[in-house]
Amino acid sequence: MEPKSWIRARARISPYEIVFWIAAAVIPFVFFEHYLSLAASVAVAALFCISLDLILGYAGIISLGHAAFFGIGAYTAGILSARGWGEPISGLALAAAVSALAGYIVSFMIVRVQHLALLMITLGLSFLMTELAITFDQFTGGSDGLQGIDTWKLLGIWKFSLWGHTAYAYAISVLFILFLLARRIVHSPFGLTLEAIRENPVRTTALGAPNRGHLQKIFVISAAFAGVAGALLAQVSETVSPEALGFQRSAEIAVMLILGGTGRLYGAILGAIIFMVARDQISGFYLQYWYFWIGLILIFVVLFMPRGILGGLERLARIGRRS
Amino acid sequence: MNSLETNNIGKAFGKLVVSDNVSLALPKGARHALIGPNGAGKTTLINLITGTLAPDTGTVLLNGEDVTRLEPNARVKRGLSRTFQINTLFPQLTPLESAVMAICERNGTSGHWLSGLSKHAEGIDEAHDLLSKVGLGDDAVKPTRDLAYGQQRLLEIALALASRPKVLLLDEPAAGVPKSESAALFEVIAALPEDISILFIEHDMNLVFSFASRITVLVQGAILTEGTPDEIAHDPRVREVYLGGAHHG
Amino acid sequence: MSTLIAVLFDGLSYGMLLFLLSVGLSVTLGLMNFTNLAHGAFAMLGGYVTYALVELAGWPFLATLPFAFIVTAIIAAGFEVVLFRRIYKSGELNQVLLTIGVVFASYAVAAFFFGTVHHSVELPGYLKGFVEIGALKLPSYRIFLVVVALLITTVLVGVLEYTRFGAMVRAAVDNGKVASGLGLNISVIFALTFALGSGLAGLGGALAINILFIDPNFGFHVLVPVLIVVSIGGLGSIWGSFVAAAALGIFDVVGKFLFPEVGAFLIYLFMVVILFFRPNGLFARR
Repeated sequence: MEPKSWIRARARISPYEIVFWIAAAVIPFVFFEHYLSLAASVAVAALFCISLDLILGYAGIISLGHAAFFGIGAYTAGILSARGWGEPISGLALAAAVSALAGYIVSFMIVRVQHLALLMITLGLSFLMTELAITFDQFTGGSDGLQGIDTWKLLGIWKFSLWGHTAYAYAISVLFILFLLARRIVHSPFGLTLEAIRENPVRTTALGAPNRGHLQKIFVISAAFAGVAGALLAQVSETVSPEALGFQRSAEIAVMLILGGTGRLYGAILGAIIFMVARDQISGFYLQYWYFWIGLILIFVVLFMPRGILGGLERLARIGRRS
Repeated sequence: MNSLETNNIGKAFGKLVVSDNVSLALPKGARHALIGPNGAGKTTLINLITGTLAPDTGTVLLNGEDVTRLEPNARVKRGLSRTFQINTLFPQLTPLESAVMAICERNGTSGHWLSGLSKHAEGIDEAHDLLSKVGLGDDAVKPTRDLAYGQQRLLEIALALASRPKVLLLDEPAAGVPKSESAALFEVIAALPEDISILFIEHDMNLVFSFASRITVLVQGAILTEGTPDEIAHDPRVREVYLGGAHHG
Repeated sequence: MSTLIAVLFDGLSYGMLLFLLSVGLSVTLGLMNFTNLAHGAFAMLGGYVTYALVELAGWPFLATLPFAFIVTAIIAAGFEVVLFRRIYKSGELNQVLLTIGVVFASYAVAAFFFGTVHHSVELPGYLKGFVEIGALKLPSYRIFLVVVALLITTVLVGVLEYTRFGAMVRAAVDNGKVASGLGLNISVIFALTFALGSGLAGLGGALAINILFIDPNFGFHVLVPVLIVVSIGGLGSIWGSFVAAAALGIFDVVGKFLFPEVGAFLIYLFMVVILFFRPNGLFARR
């Protein structure tokens, strides 16, 4: 195939994608009206998961503490609203900026360490943030969580009601816009460079690439994505608690990503949908069964489906086409 | 002015001297071979020149500029490129993507995160031309891990060329290539642009003597002798190194 | 003054507990580069073995301790052979996820058998009270902890320094390739080391019941301090783990005593700063 058209074909929007997004926009409103707030939290998780995919799936940076940026975004938007400015979109923008700044500071550490030290630094930072949130309770509400968040009408028109119509429309729109941005990034020269660094950092250095600079850049972008996801959750649920920053959330989001499949964006979305819906259904009647299945699924995925559900499906499709 | 110079480069790990006052000079367009028994410090010297290792003493000059303290990637930007003895590629990417990545890094577009890759048409064309020149044109969009070993060696060279080097360091380009694929490789090496200065390590003496205009013999980190292929071929000390005891891989 | 010494001793004994819980992980991580987040789950297993034997079968506390060690070691060896061995070469992320999966599942299993409530065990009389030394009043159980930890450290160092098995483990930690070139069977050495290390965690879990209590979350809760000890102490270094565990224990208890607001915060801060400057820990062998 002609090289330019091959490259173009890789980034082309497929009919499946269009169907998926139309379905995502319509189905919850039409068929699952009682689950709209669940649908909104799925969209939030999907966005957070995409943010992790950008660093983990594309750039190969392992983080056990990505919730730190999710929480920073959540607290930024939450505190802004609790202090009297509840306009949602500017709240998202501020959350993105603050998380990006935090990500920029942390990125200097991230790119200098590897292996256990990297795991422990990311984990440690997330615990640090949790402790900070608990300690500075005059800003954050401490361990009880932040009270008094009041999200204003979206664009001055739509009220955030208990039923979650506005919440879901808002969350799915933000997810869609940022998904398009992420899609752009991964199909850019920068995205290709990140994949190359993930595959072989020694070679990219030998080709003149400043690996650390590139990695810092995607880390900042990813932190901003995570911050927006956190802010969305704060605005939609009108509460933030320190667990938004915690290890459990970091672990859960990694589980979703691995389940769906890394390095393909849609894996992040699919993982978030399956995980959140399953948790809602299973943990409803027995929490510990939920943990049991999550544990087994993780073990199974690592051993038998290292590329996640989407990766597995792609492989099946390829085998099917060949035979 | 020489394209590449090392002046009294020295490096030791504890008591083990791996590079002992090595001075080399490559004029523009040089075809300079570095030979010596295993463990002579040939790859170490390449690592010292590229900046993967920092020398204890001595300097590295690239087109007259002292680059001894520069990071490896900064040296690449100044026209120094290398290949690896063991394939050091991007297994999941295609050769086309690998070459496009290298070209984007060279022309400063690797940080562009909001423009689609397909907008960089010139880079894609250049990448494909480059791959065609080394005979990978037809396999440009196969995953690298599916390429034959000899093809992966060719991709090593293509990637090094993508940064448009003035000085090219080839670390055993023919290592492990089966006979059936070596002719294609030799052809590619012989056809490398004349204005590039090349320093290469090789154990295949056919390749060394047909391709090099000067040869340096390295033994235990130090230069034993340097000369034309003819001089080296008739130097009794060189024979002793290769025939007397020291193992030749 | 005597309060301060009592608090310091509290910290030291907590540190010794952390040492027992983490030393196995340090050695196995150094040996195979296997990031085993399920280590805390094995500690929990040992804890429940002792709990079940004391509270349900009526055994005396001390008699259960060897069983906490042995049962955990055997089950851990089973996990190593069946599950973990497959992923030594498949990267940190996969190791982290699979072993976290084991922790999740262990939570569910523990909750199924023992419920989600905190458990403790009835201690024998001589471990219950205090030992008075002048004005100083030290809890007997904590003295017992420190003695056990020192004893085990001595045995461990003895085994590693003076036995053939120890020499093989050290060779394998230093350089796996060379060791297997020398004809050592790395996979057997590792299975044994893994069982030994997990057994110690199980013993630590049993001894921890009356300090930390035991519940299905135990595997998660001890994981963080254990990982801090291992990463700060340096992989594969027994003394590193010992010093780091003692320091962390004392710092944690004294910190919470003196600055209750920021104690935990400071620990994470120190860890991040230390690892930033010394990514291999303070006492790394390599």
